[in-house]
Amino acid sequence: MNRSGPSQRKTKTDVRGSETVIKLGPDIKAKIGQQLRLMYGEVVDQGVPDRFVEMLKRLDNATDRGSKE
Amino acid sequence: MNRPNDVRDAMLGAVPSLRAFAISLCGNMDRADDLVQETLLRAWANLGSFQPGTNMSAWLFTILRNLFRSEYRKRRREVEDADGSYAESLTSLPDQNSRLEIGEFREALKMLPPEQRESLILVGASGFSYEEAAQICGCAVGTIKSRVNRARTRLADILSIDSASDFGPDRETRAVVNSS
Repeated sequence: MNRSGPSQRKTKTDVRGSETVIKLGPDIKAKIGQQLRLMYGEVVDQGVPDRFVEMLKRLDNATDRGSKE
Repeated sequence: MNRPNDVRDAMLGAVPSLRAFAISLCGNMDRADDLVQETLLRAWANLGSFQPGTNMSAWLFTILRNLFRSEYRKRRREVEDADGSYAESLTSLPDQNSRLEIGEFREALKMLPPEQRESLILVGASGFSYEEAAQICGCAVGTIKSRVNRARTRLADILSIDSASDFGPDRETRAVVNSS
C-alpha cells in the first residue's frame, strides 16, 4: 500500500525499531518550531481575559485589607 | 513581605502563555481557563513558597502542570470516558480563523504521548530552556532533551514532513501517489 518510491527522502535511517535514532534536518526542526509557535501564538494573542484581571484585583484588595488589620 | 502589585503584574503577564500551555494539555478552552484560574489562586495562596528573584513564569507553569496531572488522574479513575465525551471535547477547539495547516498540526500533536507533547511545547513554544522545562516537569534535563527529540521525530513522521517545502498542497499530492 504505502510503497516508498524514490521521492521519499526522509532523513530517517530505519523504522523497524521503536527507539531508532533519527536525525532530523534543521529545516524540519524549523518548520515544526514555526507551526508550534503559530498555534501557541493564537492563544497568546488573545491577551489576558477580564476574568483574570478581576480575580487578581480582588485577591490584591483582600490582601491589602488583611495587612492593615 | 512581597509587594502585591509586582506579584500581580507578574502573574497577569504570565496568563497568556499559561492559557496556551493549558489548552495544549487539556484541549478545551473552558477547562484551560479553569485550570489557569485555579493555578493563580493556588499561587496566590502559596506566595510564601515563591523564591523572589527566580522565574515566576516557571513557578506558575509548575503549579499548573501539577494541578492538571492530579485532576487528570482523578478524572480517569472517575469516568474512564464511558461515552467518549471527553475524547470529543479534545477536538472541540475554538478554531475560528486558523489555517487548516494549524488544525492538522494540532491533531498531530494530540497523537504524541503527553510527556513528549508538554516537553516540546515548553521548549518549542513557551520559550523555556531545557533546564527550566526539566524543573517544571520534575525530571532530568536529559529526559527533556530526549522527549523533545522524539516528539519532533514523531511529528515529522505523522505529518510526513520530508523537508520544509513539503508542508502544504505538495503533501496531499504525495499522499495520493503513495496510496495508489
